[in-house]
Amino acid sequence: MPEMTLVGGVNAALAYEMAADDRVLVFGEDIGVNGGVFRATEGLQQRFGPERVIDTPLAEGLIAGMAVGLAAQGLRPVAEIQFMGFSYPTLDQLISHASRLRNRTRGRLSCPMVLRAPFGGGIHAPEHHSESTEALYAHIPGLRVVIPSSPARAYGLLLAAIRDPDPVVFLEPKRIYRLTKQEVADDGEAMPLDVCFVVRDGTDITLVTWGAMIHETLQAAEQLAKEGISAEVIDVATLRPLDTETILESVAKTGRCVIIHEAPRSGGFGAEIAAVVAEHGLLNLLAPVARVTGYDTIMPLLKLEQHFLPSVERIMDTVHKTMEFA
Amino acid sequence: MSFLLNHYRQGSLRHLSLSKEACHTQIMSMLGEEEGNMRCVAQFEVGYTGYLDHELRVTGPLPEFAREPVQLIAAYRAMASARAFDRKAINLQRTGQLGTFASCLGEEAIAVAVGLAMRPEDVLLPMYRHHGAYLSRGVRMAELLAYWGGDERGMDFQSVREDFAVAVPIATQAPHAVGVGYAFKYRKEPRVAVCLLGDGATSKGDFYEAINAAGVWELPVVFVVANNLWAISVPRTLQSRAQTLAQKAIAAGFEGEQVDGNDYIAVRDRLDQALQRARSGQGPCLIEALTYRMGDHTTADDSRRYRDAEEVEAWQRRDPLDRLRGYLLQSGAWSEADEEALQVECQEAADQAAQLYLERPLQPPASMFDYLYERLPRAYAEQRKALADPNDV
Ligand SMILES: Cc1ncc(C[n+]2csc(CCOP(=O)(O)OP(=O)(O)O)c2C)c(N)n1
Ligand SMILES: [Mg+2]
Repeated sequence: MPEMTLVGGVNAALAYEMAADDRVLVFGEDIGVNGGVFRATEGLQQRFGPERVIDTPLAEGLIAGMAVGLAAQGLRPVAEIQFMGFSYPTLDQLISHASRLRNRTRGRLSCPMVLRAPFGGGIHAPEHHSESTEALYAHIPGLRVVIPSSPARAYGLLLAAIRDPDPVVFLEPKRIYRLTKQEVADDGEAMPLDVCFVVRDGTDITLVTWGAMIHETLQAAEQLAKEGISAEVIDVATLRPLDTETILESVAKTGRCVIIHEAPRSGGFGAEIAAVVAEHGLLNLLAPVARVTGYDTIMPLLKLEQHFLPSVERIMDTVHKTMEFA
Repeated sequence: MSFLLNHYRQGSLRHLSLSKEACHTQIMSMLGEEEGNMRCVAQFEVGYTGYLDHELRVTGPLPEFAREPVQLIAAYRAMASARAFDRKAINLQRTGQLGTFASCLGEEAIAVAVGLAMRPEDVLLPMYRHHGAYLSRGVRMAELLAYWGGDERGMDFQSVREDFAVAVPIATQAPHAVGVGYAFKYRKEPRVAVCLLGDGATSKGDFYEAINAAGVWELPVVFVVANNLWAISVPRTLQSRAQTLAQKAIAAGFEGEQVDGNDYIAVRDRLDQALQRARSGQGPCLIEALTYRMGDHTTADDSRRYRDAEEVEAWQRRDPLDRLRGYLLQSGAWSEADEEALQVECQEAADQAAQLYLERPLQPPASMFDYLYERLPRAYAEQRKALADPNDV
């Protein structure tokens, strides 16, 4: 089995599906000859040609809008937005069209497109290159919002996203693009969408997270184990639609829940998860649901970003308080 | 600033502003010795086509299709039918039986020319106004009434199933046309995407981004700008300082031209040419059709607040239906008796459509969940239950 990084998983999934299905077109800025600024599309244009691996003009609204047009025509567009910070012009197309094309034509037209974008902080990038605004996308009915947090899930979930008959926003945690390698069978096997993954079993507390924070969360779980605290770690993976059952089951078992995300706290997606636990799991709780998140500030530039991003220490601290709650 | 606005191709292509010589002189005086070494590196022209003016004068040799009355009569019938539909829709709205409606009054020549010039396998990406385009492609009046009456099933056409639903957010359909055109080109299909936009739409980034990309990839897309001089209350002059909207195509690297949008013959002729070129791999085109929004913006608007009655009256004399009918009457291909029969027929068709629309049983409330995704994800099941008929799980 080949060893892959997370970005390698993205690349392998794109290559696999392009070879298997000539309806798949990949496009975006600098994704052709250059292979994308993070090299997610490296080698694809050489292999599949410039008609299928398309360098677009520099226009994000166009990229999203043409994906809608291609998808309505039965193709399988996979668009790349270079950084999440430049994805906001696509919101118009996602909200006004992609998410509702099926609904507003009562199924006559549909929109099987994928919009990929790297997101999150921690790579010492310039302004606008480090935000986590996944909650904006997760608020839109009709979309799927999928975030892989390991090489295998990048590969398996991206395949599923491309094959899905509805639009998927696929957000890639760029801080961990190359952090770890994992053996992944490049066999075209997709992973299920719409489900959370329990990535570590535990009995005392449930830690819910997604994206790059899976890394700090697993480290925290490791240290907690040494202290005799058994933490279960859930990678949400699909934010919309949310698999509430996996989360509620875990909380029913542990009685404690801490949600960890990079994005600012208020109105972040953690609030939705906390609400679900409050609505359906209140009587199982031994302590209030807690959140470890970015602050309600503008994402600082690189000198201060480590103070903004949740750290292993901040996670540990909140877990301790939650464990100590009478 | 290197625009040479001029025109002089064949027959009825007319002047826009300056003569070629005057324009050239003007540009040279701007570019000339006074500015050191600057040379003219590019110059462009924007043509204008009209065949039949509002005084029923034929201003040039007619294109082939217009030499026999058959096609013109068919077009006139479609325009009359579109107008009857419009009248019916407004009546339904006024009597509380339809939602807010955008009338096409005065723009029927453009709508019908688009609908009739396209092949069934082409794809239309319209805005919300040009009902005649859908209707002459086979969409049923009752379907359009359903949509404007607040029923999503209205956009589930039984014919032309690849046509896009109306775009309400201005110009957002333009990038879709790029995707559709790209799909045709990628699959090597001789099909064309036709994108209908308003004058206001040409101020938006979506429009510029789309024409730019269509130019880069030489896509089979025809952009038709129905320049009706108003975007709700904002006049064309406040929309852009550009002398024509057609010239925006030049910046995208392809031809833009103007056409008399109230002259069916001219719109149809230029569309035929543009579609033929696009279909045969010669890339996109932009046609700016000059027309006038004779009614209010929508039934929720009162245009007396922002424009003079005289302006509206002046344009009423340029009514596209009067013009084509006048020409047919004058040439003996149409009679007052034909006209009377047609009006009755159109009225009946619109009445019947209204009947169908009004009698159709409503969708069950839970249907708002049923087309969100191909299969409703489990996460939505609970919410759907709140609206579902208890007998239907
Ligand atoms: C993006 C966007 N902004 C504003 C509106 C509200 N609005 C609806 S129609 C319209 C004017 C459009 O003018 P134009 O493109 O000239 O088309 P027309 O209505 O004249 O046919 C406006 C501002 C909208 N629908 N979409
Ligand atoms: Mg207008």
